[in-house]
Amino acid sequence: MNFILIAVIVLGAIGLIAAFVLYVCSKKFAVYEDPRIAQVSALLPGANCGGCGFPGCSGMADALVKGADAGSLDGLNCPVGGAEVMGPVADLLGMAIANGEPKVAVVRCNGSCEHRPKVAEYAGLRTCSAMNACGAGETACGFGCLGCGDCVAACQFGAIGMNPETGLPEVDEEKCTACGACVKACPRHIIELRKKGPKGRRVYVSCVNKDKGAVSMKACKVSCIGCSKCVKECPFGAITVENNCSYIDPEKCRLCKKCVAVCPTKAIVAVNFPTPKPKPENPEATEAPTNQERKEAQA
Amino acid sequence: MNARTFRIGGIHPEENKLTHEVETKVAPLPKQAIFPLSQHIGAPAKPVVQKGDKVKVGTLIAEAGGFVSAPIYSSVSGTVLKIDTAIDATGYRKPCIIISVEGDEWEESIDRSTKLELVKDHPELTPEEIVGRVKTAGITGMGGAGFPTFIKLTPPPTATAECVIINAVECEPYITADYRLMMEKADEILVGLELLMKAAKVTKGYIGIETNKPKAIDLLSKKSAEVFGGTEYSVEVVPLKQRYPQGGEKQLVDAVIGRQVPAPPAIPVNVGAIVQNVGTAFAVYEAVMKRKPLFERYTTVTGKRLQHPGNYLVRMGTPMQDLIDLCGGMPEGDCKLLAGGPMMGKALTSTEVPVCKGTNSVTLLSDDDARRKEPQPCIRCAKCVGACPMGLEPYLLSKLSELKNWERAEHEDIVSCIECGSCQFTCPAHRPLLDYIRQGKQTVMGIIRSRK
Amino acid sequence: MNETDNVTKQPLAQRGGGRKGLIVSLSPHAHGTDSVERNMYGVMLALVPALLVSLFYFGLGSAIVCLTSVVACVFFEWSINKYLLKNPRNTVLDGSAALTGLLLGMNLPSNLPIWIIIIGALFAIGVAKMTFGGLGNNIFNPALVGRCALLVAFPAQMTSWPVPGHLLDYTDATTGATPLALMKEAIKSGNVSVLDQLPDAFSLLLGDHSLGGGAGTIGEICGLALLAGFVFMLWRRIITWHIPVSIVGTVFVFSAIMHLINPIYADPTTVILSGGLLLGAIFMATDYVTSPMTPKGQLIYGVCIGLLTVVIRNWGAYPEGMSFAILIMNAFTPLINNYVKPVRFGEVVKE
Repeated sequence: MNFILIAVIVLGAIGLIAAFVLYVCSKKFAVYEDPRIAQVSALLPGANCGGCGFPGCSGMADALVKGADAGSLDGLNCPVGGAEVMGPVADLLGMAIANGEPKVAVVRCNGSCEHRPKVAEYAGLRTCSAMNACGAGETACGFGCLGCGDCVAACQFGAIGMNPETGLPEVDEEKCTACGACVKACPRHIIELRKKGPKGRRVYVSCVNKDKGAVSMKACKVSCIGCSKCVKECPFGAITVENNCSYIDPEKCRLCKKCVAVCPTKAIVAVNFPTPKPKPENPEATEAPTNQERKEAQA
Repeated sequence: MNARTFRIGGIHPEENKLTHEVETKVAPLPKQAIFPLSQHIGAPAKPVVQKGDKVKVGTLIAEAGGFVSAPIYSSVSGTVLKIDTAIDATGYRKPCIIISVEGDEWEESIDRSTKLELVKDHPELTPEEIVGRVKTAGITGMGGAGFPTFIKLTPPPTATAECVIINAVECEPYITADYRLMMEKADEILVGLELLMKAAKVTKGYIGIETNKPKAIDLLSKKSAEVFGGTEYSVEVVPLKQRYPQGGEKQLVDAVIGRQVPAPPAIPVNVGAIVQNVGTAFAVYEAVMKRKPLFERYTTVTGKRLQHPGNYLVRMGTPMQDLIDLCGGMPEGDCKLLAGGPMMGKALTSTEVPVCKGTNSVTLLSDDDARRKEPQPCIRCAKCVGACPMGLEPYLLSKLSELKNWERAEHEDIVSCIECGSCQFTCPAHRPLLDYIRQGKQTVMGIIRSRK
Repeated sequence: MNETDNVTKQPLAQRGGGRKGLIVSLSPHAHGTDSVERNMYGVMLALVPALLVSLFYFGLGSAIVCLTSVVACVFFEWSINKYLLKNPRNTVLDGSAALTGLLLGMNLPSNLPIWIIIIGALFAIGVAKMTFGGLGNNIFNPALVGRCALLVAFPAQMTSWPVPGHLLDYTDATTGATPLALMKEAIKSGNVSVLDQLPDAFSLLLGDHSLGGGAGTIGEICGLALLAGFVFMLWRRIITWHIPVSIVGTVFVFSAIMHLINPIYADPTTVILSGGLLLGAIFMATDYVTSPMTPKGQLIYGVCIGLLTVVIRNWGAYPEGMSFAILIMNAFTPLINNYVKPVRFGEVVKE
């Protein structure tokens, strides 16, 4: 029995000493952290995507508390959580925030294999940045999508994927958080963050080709030729043509789609609009078609 | 022959000098000449002609666009068709002047005689006058890089030039343009060297030649002894061991005078050497003595499957398709068209790209040579470390660039990389080392620039 | 012709470059003749002399052990790649699995039963190589990990050494003492005369152990065959001289010092020719993946291995220290890689 008692006493003593040492250390070497940081952190989504520009949600919480102390939360926004998250955070910190419009990543290129024939074969490292450094790519368009998927690799939400038939990336609107990673990853700045629009509807020019019209047409059938017909047609002055390429300002666009009809190369794309009422032979009304169907109808 | 060489790294690619003994022929004039405005390092040139203007051979068509820039002269006579974009060696469409060729009328100011002009017969040639003529003639580095020569000849106040080194190494496989130039225009090259030495205010000159060109070494040694013996100048022809990248300017300086240029932003003149390609020396002779601006050059058109590879005196602006047709047309099957040699040349998507100031070769690789093998995982054999002439660790730099760890890449001296390709050439696992390293180098250089 | 466009006018097919147009990529556009297969199969070729000698001395046992080891290693690599990793590109043909198998076999005694060899192969490929990520990612030399795992798990079978000459015996071969066992006994007992039983240096070099006291693993028997392999690998530029020379040199110097201090420690020539020293120095320590990447780093690595080997051999529990020394230094390779950098161009400016 003796040795059991000794064992219990010895181990008990070790346990007590260790507990004491840990207690002293936790007090003596404690790092003071503003308790609000932990509270804000709990409100944030916890995905650590970096979309806010800070290292992880704890970094964002830190910045938010610092911002609150400095007097404003301007420039601090969680794209994943959006207003749902920023609202309670602002309340907690006793601040007000401006409401931002939900945005989505838009791939402004429609140069699929069908529209944009290949003129060379790239046999090197299959990343967009390497192909971009090599030259115009495998097609005659030096501005269009290279199809190697740097944007897909950059997305942490699985919201963008390569369509093997068209060779172009496609954005899943449900999953996209507009964090901007794909925008930074694309070496040709094809992807843009635009307003999602009411019911997800938006109109944009699916081309960033700055070559003259004749040249870009030879390279791709659906390129923007800078003819400016859309500029003349737009009743709201939302469209500008610069460097042979047209651009629709998302702030001014009212989604009237007059430009879509008038574009000779079908470079302007309208997304998530219902198809026009079908002929009387087919009385079934259609629901709002998917992105893909809409694009196919335009092409 | 006691050949010297650089101290770190290096590889031995197959020579493939198919056109070594093929005498240079004059290439026929093209139907249309395309002049990209950006053929050199620095700001693109600005056009001074418009659509419809008549030009002669040697007419100024674009002036320098800034301090670090060079003017462009027409190499053909005819009418300016348009100023438009066209694919150049970068693979992208860039602004160019396109001239429709009519006849072959030269500017009267150009001296077309073949009489050898000597420096001692021209007392008006002060260093400033020489540099001025070089600048006006639009001479840029003819070895491929395209750095404006007049800037190289006027070093910054922190550096003093001690010697001029002529780069006649031609270490890249396939290319023989510089060798033919040496064999056919040796006298002019030596006068060009004298002009360069005078302009740089030095009396020491070296000509570095690889040992695979013994005839050129003998010829130039003999002639330079005749020309410079007993003068204030001391010129030495230095045979160099055949090794790539012997022609890289830093490696050349190391081999010839035994000094290693420190990491960027240091340049060879910081250790006293001004390095010029032998083609540039020849162009300097023509510009200063014959008032001939830079508009034609020696170019090798070569490839294992080309019917008649050869060396040609080509007017700049000639589309490469014309030269390929001259040599028997494009070979069938898989083909890679390179502007330059296989180690550092640029692969082109179109055969209509024109010959520019820095195009020393048009190389066609066929079949297996045209493709890369499938990469395997890194086996950490360290052969890339042994091959790197700058003493870097390519496997590490490649991995860091792939993982986007720019801080550590900078710490590992990624900006010292000269992009010679020795690492990727050696790698047994066929890894795309240089593709990643190049990307990392550009990004890190951008980060460094943005700090200032 | 008024055509002003710069996009090529000829149809694709006539422009050369096959149906898809010209091939493009970034420079360099040339590649040397080296490949992973050339290096791996080259090392196996370098092992052939040693293998032939071992067949001559150990006969059937040696053949069975080596063959089993190679087949098991290749099988495990193939099946792990295919069924566990579901790798689209099976790496089994690049020669590294076969090489591991051959090296593992050469480190084993020729009377080892097949089932033990298979376990060793599973350990070498499965645990030491594939769990870390396959070729290029392992920290420890797979063959040595397999061998040491077997040594620890089956100490009796792994330390019974058949004597050379009984060509048709396999697991029932007559066993005898190895030179290392004799050296260990000399140190433990303090009796110098035990060392007189050792074969002389020339016999050790050739592998002639007819005088007794000369058993060992399959690969370590004939020093000359191993040196021939070394020369072949240097000529083919598969390895550089740094690691083997630094290991053998350090062992020589260190054991010479010990021998001079006290003759119970064997003389340096016998030390470097006995046991797995040459096999380890030439073939195991020079493994690409687990050795340092710079010449200076490799010299440091070799010197440390040499020191550790002598220490373990003289004062450790095991008679053979080479495998453990190499494994210990494998763990230090990343540290050496981090701090030992090659000489950068432009570091020293000569005047």
